[in-house]
Amino acid sequence: MLPRLFSLLALIAVWTIAAATVQSRLLPGPLTVAVETLSEIRSGELPFQMACTLARVIASFTIAMVLGAVAGYAMGRSRQLDRFADPWLIVLINLPALVVIIFAYIWIGLNETAAILAVAVNKLPNVVVVVREGARALDPELDEMAEAFQLAKFSRIRHIAIPQLAPYLAASSRSGLSIVWKIVLVVELLGRPNGVGFVLGSAFSLFDMAKILSYAICFIVLMLLIESFVVQPLERHANRWRGRPA
Amino acid sequence: MNDTQTAGEAAPLELRIEAKSYLSADGTPFEVVRDLELRLDAGSFGALIGPSGCGKTTILRIAAGLDPDFRGGLRAPGSGRLGIVFQEPRLLPWRTVEDNVRLVLPAHEAGADLADLFEILGLGDHLARYPAELSLGLARRVAIARAFAVRPDFLLLDEPFVSLDEAVATRLRDELVALTTRSEVTTLFVTHDLPEAVQLADRLFFLSDRPTHIILEKALPPPRGVRSQGMIASICEEMRGLLAGIANNTAPS
Repeated sequence: MLPRLFSLLALIAVWTIAAATVQSRLLPGPLTVAVETLSEIRSGELPFQMACTLARVIASFTIAMVLGAVAGYAMGRSRQLDRFADPWLIVLINLPALVVIIFAYIWIGLNETAAILAVAVNKLPNVVVVVREGARALDPELDEMAEAFQLAKFSRIRHIAIPQLAPYLAASSRSGLSIVWKIVLVVELLGRPNGVGFVLGSAFSLFDMAKILSYAICFIVLMLLIESFVVQPLERHANRWRGRPA
Repeated sequence: MNDTQTAGEAAPLELRIEAKSYLSADGTPFEVVRDLELRLDAGSFGALIGPSGCGKTTILRIAAGLDPDFRGGLRAPGSGRLGIVFQEPRLLPWRTVEDNVRLVLPAHEAGADLADLFEILGLGDHLARYPAELSLGLARRVAIARAFAVRPDFLLLDEPFVSLDEAVATRLRDELVALTTRSEVTTLFVTHDLPEAVQLADRLFFLSDRPTHIILEKALPPPRGVRSQGMIASICEEMRGLLAGIANNTAPS
């Protein structure tokens, strides 16, 4: 913990010195940014914008994870389906995020549905690829055991498949969360009237660096908090049976 | 290809495999079983004995209904409630011992009282442990408990005592005798260990090399499970003599 704290302090020190040396509105020091952040929080502006963005992150992340897991599982289990859907997957995975966003806004309109779908579609193929790998690695011996004991379909998925897929789901949600929030900002910049991306866009046109830095930092901090207090504990819970050797 | 069905309560196990082949890696089929016919009375304990790699596990998988790709017929005894113990325990590492056993219970019996079963198998102190914390002997016990938990009318065991030290294997064999006697389940047991088969079974089925079929069938005098060492040894001796005779007769001259 101590080295990390030290590294963070060093970063702030470098920033302070750089800001003091340059003496420009384009590189405000940490103190200026902190004051800006506090006033934005007090006015309620920053919490509101962050909540808008966070809601979009959660919605598109959930859609991408659920659809991606289902599609990945199906493709990993059925060779025919895999052969059929693999070309689509390759197209989707190579489609630039920006293109998907533009298509969504043009076809669906400048609304919330389009924004959330655009982000979900960007994240989806990555989930499919990872979960498909997991589904291919499912233990056939456990399947046979389930078959012999005539376990119900639901029970097989809940108790046999999902625990085996857990590391793959965890890996794709880890990388997923970071990709999703970055793309959400772009989507907001291009076509939403609120959210962190929208604020950054308007601050950009005013060259308001203090605002840009304060929003960017707050959002990164929020994501780190989610990672340490939601994602990691969930992962520990899912892996509680590991690492307790006889 | 085959007529698989389940029969009534006291019906025997009837398994007929006219042919069963696998495709090898280069795409050519090779025959594993040919003209095998097996009949086992309800409630009795049959042992399939054969050399390693002769297709014992294949036969067991077909009897379990796990492999419908064969020519022949299967009539499983009872209502088709199957208990199976694989060669490897095949437990779910993320579930505790008790949860592994309860997983296979039908929903309406999820809360069934299994204390007796756990008691007989000596699992009482280990119910909250995870499979990674168990020795192979204990893991096998859990697999046996799981097979009996469903109160099967048909039980299949695939060499459940290999690679255990003799003391543990002996205890487990006694426990198996106690459980099968109590539940009167029709049991088919695969092994390559003749004395083990003689100790446990009512009826022995000896298998040939591939493509495998039954070369000798022998009913043993009851009661099973309590035969003395001397008696087991003399039966083994007799069987080896018979098998040697068969081998000489079929050897190319």
